[in-house]
Amino acid sequence: MNTTAQAVSQPRSLTRIFALEAKYELLKLLRMPAYAIPTVLFPLLFYVLFGLVFGSGRMAGPVNMPTYLLATYGTFGVIGASLFGFGVGVAIERGQGWMLLKRATPMPPLAYFTAKIFMALTFSLIVVLGLFGLGALFGDVAMPTVTWVSLAAVLIAGALPFCAFGLALGYFCGPNSAPAIVNLLYLPLAFLSGLWIPVQALPSLLQRLAPALPPYHFSQLALAQVGASTGPAAWISVLYLALFTALSLGLALVGYRRDEGKTYG
Amino acid sequence: MAENQREVIAELKDVWKSYGDLMALCGLDLEIRAGEVLSILGPNGAGKTTTVNLLLGLAKPLQGSVRVFGCAADHPKSRARVGAMLQISAVPQTLRVAELVELFSSYYPNPLAAKETLRIAGLQELEKRPFGELSGGQRQRVLFALSICGDPELLYLDEPTTGLDVEARRGLWQQIRTFVERGRSVVLTTHYLEEADALADRIVLLNEGRSIAEGSPTMIKARVTGRRIRCRTRLHTSEIDGIPGVKSVSSEDGLVEILTSRAEPVVRELLMRDSDLSDLEVIGAALDDAFLALTTKQEAA
Repeated sequence: MNTTAQAVSQPRSLTRIFALEAKYELLKLLRMPAYAIPTVLFPLLFYVLFGLVFGSGRMAGPVNMPTYLLATYGTFGVIGASLFGFGVGVAIERGQGWMLLKRATPMPPLAYFTAKIFMALTFSLIVVLGLFGLGALFGDVAMPTVTWVSLAAVLIAGALPFCAFGLALGYFCGPNSAPAIVNLLYLPLAFLSGLWIPVQALPSLLQRLAPALPPYHFSQLALAQVGASTGPAAWISVLYLALFTALSLGLALVGYRRDEGKTYG
Repeated sequence: MAENQREVIAELKDVWKSYGDLMALCGLDLEIRAGEVLSILGPNGAGKTTTVNLLLGLAKPLQGSVRVFGCAADHPKSRARVGAMLQISAVPQTLRVAELVELFSSYYPNPLAAKETLRIAGLQELEKRPFGELSGGQRQRVLFALSICGDPELLYLDEPTTGLDVEARRGLWQQIRTFVERGRSVVLTTHYLEEADALADRIVLLNEGRSIAEGSPTMIKARVTGRRIRCRTRLHTSEIDGIPGVKSVSSEDGLVEILTSRAEPVVRELLMRDSDLSDLEVIGAALDDAFLALTTKQEAA
């Protein structure tokens, strides 16, 4: 007997809900060129321009420019994937009512959020692998395997605080203004934190400002993997990012609770 | 089985709800019984969507209780037994119809087979299409499919045909009827009397957060259709109310308004009792006009 999968209803399993939610979250964005292309291509293009074309043969502290910028553009790409996927995604889905419709179902709310985290981590991994390929092939980036792996691990883990921040933005931005607000935060923060050009190349006033910004601490942790950190001890940056995550989640929770008491239309 | 002998599966008891200064529901009592199609009929702003949101646990009442299948409305146990078609603008545009159905079906303990969901919603030909490429009527059918895929014992349809053209509306009615044949309960909100009449076993008329009438579609139609007589008379409203054929009487600033199914015998009787009667006017109201008259009259009373 030939029974197609569609003809049979599947009983509820939590694993299956989380897996399907993650699968479709990823498919949804992969099919959306307006998200997928800028998120992946912008960090790669910037890296080619600043790291490979202008940075070739120059040094940034103890390492060559392509190695230094591999860490900072990795940071840049991961933050972008997290803020746009999470922040803009949540704002749009709240505005459409998609989130309201899901809240009316027995879906565990955690499935929605873990799917978005999975999506942000996957896009982060794509960006990081793309940058690694460019750096290794065209930037003379030579590091021990363990350094490649630890840099990748720090970059991917760094997505989490910015997922939390994106979530908070998603609850407080309207669906139409969210992309603009996220860009207005993302691009200046990236520049001021030394993600585009090394922080020590910034004017001294900006150099003093940088340690106040979350992306700076993320990038210094990544730079520490390649031996090029100029920032505070790693535990200080980790603590800073942990507090930043907690604050973002707290804000997001306020937004979530506010939505619970609200109705649309 | 008589309507009132059926088991009550969900109820609102003396529910009050406000949004800021706006009172959305004012002490609403509502019972939903097993196997019935209940229509909540009312003009915009009557509190229909608020009622559905409270029953779904998407909003909390200011005062009063909401129980669904013996649980709080936001309990996962009650959510597993209900489905909802809400007034939302879109779902992710790049996901295909079959994918959306697969995702939503996974949330429920005993979902319909995807094929059955697509068949009931009339989406067999469209299962591979992304949501963003569908027409307005097709999108409503997808939202309908998502609401029934869990094979709910109680289905909420919040103004399912608003914004659809006549053809798409009648199409969706057919799909709703196909689901109703499964013997499940449905709560349908609408501001079209015609829609409530076409689908419901029982209608609750809602206005300004209060239930102002309740009964079978025939009973409600008899109340909201017919004719309105307006005049100035010295007769007391209680006396007019006694005239055969008069359904309701109200009076404001000396102007009396009478609702009746046939105007002539009532007018004859009025003129016999008060020959000084003046400003006589008889209005034959269309269904929705008469419905509006009933709700606004209630407001003035």
